[in-house]
Amino acid sequence: MKKTFRLFTVALVIFMLATLAGCGADYSDKFVIGGIGPTTGTAASYGQSVRDGAQIAIDEINAAGGVNGVELVLLFEDDEALGDKAKSAYETLMDNGMQVLIGAVTSDASIAINSLTAADGILQITPSASAIEAAANPNTFRVCFTDPLQGVSMANYAYNTLGYRKAAVIHNYDDNYSTGMYEAFIEEFQRLGGTISEDVSFAKDATDFNAQITKIAASDAEFLFMPIYAEKAAQIVITANEKGVDIPLLGGDGLDGILNYLTGDNAKLVEGLIFLTPFISTDTDPAIQSFTQKYTEKYGKAPDQFAADGYDAVYLVKLALEQAGITSPDAVDNAALVAAMTQIELDGLTGHMTFDENGEPMKDAKVAKIIDGVYVAQ
Amino acid sequence: MNYKNTYVRKIIGGVLCFVAIWAVVSLLIVTGILPRSVQSLTVKICYYIILALSLDLIVGYLGDLSLGHAAFYAVGAYSGCAFAVYTNLPLLPKFILALIIGGLCAALVGYLISSAIIKLRGDYLAIVTLAFGEFIRSFVKIIPGLGGTKGLIGIPSFESRFGSFTAAYIVVGLVVLCIFNFTHSRHGRMITAIRDNAIAAESVGINIKQTKILVFALSSFMAGMAGVLFGFYKTTLSPSDFTYNLSIEVLVMVVLGGMGSIRGSIIASVIIVALPEFLRGADNYRMLIYAIALIAMMMLNASPRFIALKRKVSESFSQLRARLKR
Repeated sequence: MKKTFRLFTVALVIFMLATLAGCGADYSDKFVIGGIGPTTGTAASYGQSVRDGAQIAIDEINAAGGVNGVELVLLFEDDEALGDKAKSAYETLMDNGMQVLIGAVTSDASIAINSLTAADGILQITPSASAIEAAANPNTFRVCFTDPLQGVSMANYAYNTLGYRKAAVIHNYDDNYSTGMYEAFIEEFQRLGGTISEDVSFAKDATDFNAQITKIAASDAEFLFMPIYAEKAAQIVITANEKGVDIPLLGGDGLDGILNYLTGDNAKLVEGLIFLTPFISTDTDPAIQSFTQKYTEKYGKAPDQFAADGYDAVYLVKLALEQAGITSPDAVDNAALVAAMTQIELDGLTGHMTFDENGEPMKDAKVAKIIDGVYVAQ
Repeated sequence: MNYKNTYVRKIIGGVLCFVAIWAVVSLLIVTGILPRSVQSLTVKICYYIILALSLDLIVGYLGDLSLGHAAFYAVGAYSGCAFAVYTNLPLLPKFILALIIGGLCAALVGYLISSAIIKLRGDYLAIVTLAFGEFIRSFVKIIPGLGGTKGLIGIPSFESRFGSFTAAYIVVGLVVLCIFNFTHSRHGRMITAIRDNAIAAESVGINIKQTKILVFALSSFMAGMAGVLFGFYKTTLSPSDFTYNLSIEVLVMVVLGGMGSIRGSIIASVIIVALPEFLRGADNYRMLIYAIALIAMMMLNASPRFIALKRKVSESFSQLRARLKR
């Protein structure tokens, strides 16, 4: 026993030294793109998706000859979705010669490293941090929609595209994501000229929605907007069916995956549900098809919106490097890269996008509809 | 050689050691010899050392198991940093006041909590402190002005790495000095007496209730200051920073360092904080290796032969010191 333990310890030490030695790889002839996101912990799937999606883009670009003849390399560090770990990850990446940052994946971690990236002046593109503050600095840009922007987009879609005038809204007042989207939706829908027939809310741990649905049933609303996550939405849909409410349903990207919570006949209840989502892996668009195929082949599962955000972020870096005319890793000019971001235009997986000087993406909202039990991009 | 002499020598030795380490690390930071990742790690190590030392007071010296240390840390962080966000002062006075406010608020909460649960012992105390940790985490979400689930943002921070390291390091020095003096005082001996035999301690007139509350309040005060350091380091605070995982992590430091040992807690904090960062090269296997290394360290630390080795090393050190004196 003692001997095995000793052997084991020695092996462990050797392995640790070997991993330490692995840090010092030389990337001086490549553009070094850093990535930060959770690859362990409870939010691990988000970070892994961004990393894997970004890697697909890097492989594609390198196979096509790189950017201005220089290859790209992605170094991705784990932050466990915690701000202090994100700081350590950022410093490690800077030690390894990072030139552009894709990250962080989560909002809190992104905000925590903002002051560091601002001091270094480095171009920071967050694929998926939706809090307003995450892209507050001049050097920060984001690929995804902010929560309020989702509300504005859906208000426009409901009013202009679908022609609805009377809305019922149910939201979770405990949740940042939900309240952000809810407030923006109400404001925009009323500004357009619509009316809010019924406005109800629930707490995070609510399990009974009878009271709220009864109110909605008594109103003259033409549709129900649900800026909430899929799990609660599924319960609400079931309650609504019991109460005989059958108005059309709309929501934000939190409803992605709602079918997982509705089994058997209940799945039919969300037939026709429309929700805003930047990415649907079953989209017939050839670029998305090609990406989905490559991703599924390499990682054995369908890509989600985080993977698409990561993929688009890499292509944004490529365009920025080209726009700024940077042809060598030694000549990376942060200010030029940041300036280039507002001049580029990308036809990405998550839509056609340009950026304003606030770092927000200007892109059309993409919506998906559930038809015959599958998500279909509209 | 009497007791007072040893005490004075220990203090002088400690202070010299403290200044020497500060000088070396500062030099390495200012000249840029240390990589940036290590520079930023120095601050992190500082607040973890304070956390571990403060928990060591409860777990190591008093002998009570607390699993809610993150709660006092959170109270200090939120109160001190909210003060820093909402007031308009130059950075240094703001930092010092935030430290004091964070420490005092945490001490107050520690005082109230310990008064309420003072009769609980062992497992019961552990569970209640665990629940209290989760309570504080949910509580800060509903207080207006603390940012809710999104978190408190815009906390000021020191411009230079040298500045943030020095500030945190001075707080560590004060905490170490305070704990060293406290544990070597009459109160310190009362605490260890309670740990070793509560009934005997009570029979010689030690007020167990008062002493325990004092330890909890002092420990909370230090954890609160660590929280402020954390806030000034991270510049944002979110409730997810204060999960019970953190309480467990700090407990690991205390146990690994050998309970009731200041030096041990410091060394263990450095190892536990630095290890995951140095394992970054291992990529996906990082947390796996970290866990295995932790198990290996715990087993090694408990093995009699390693303990004998440690004693031998410390003996040869004191021999060397004696020879130098001559």
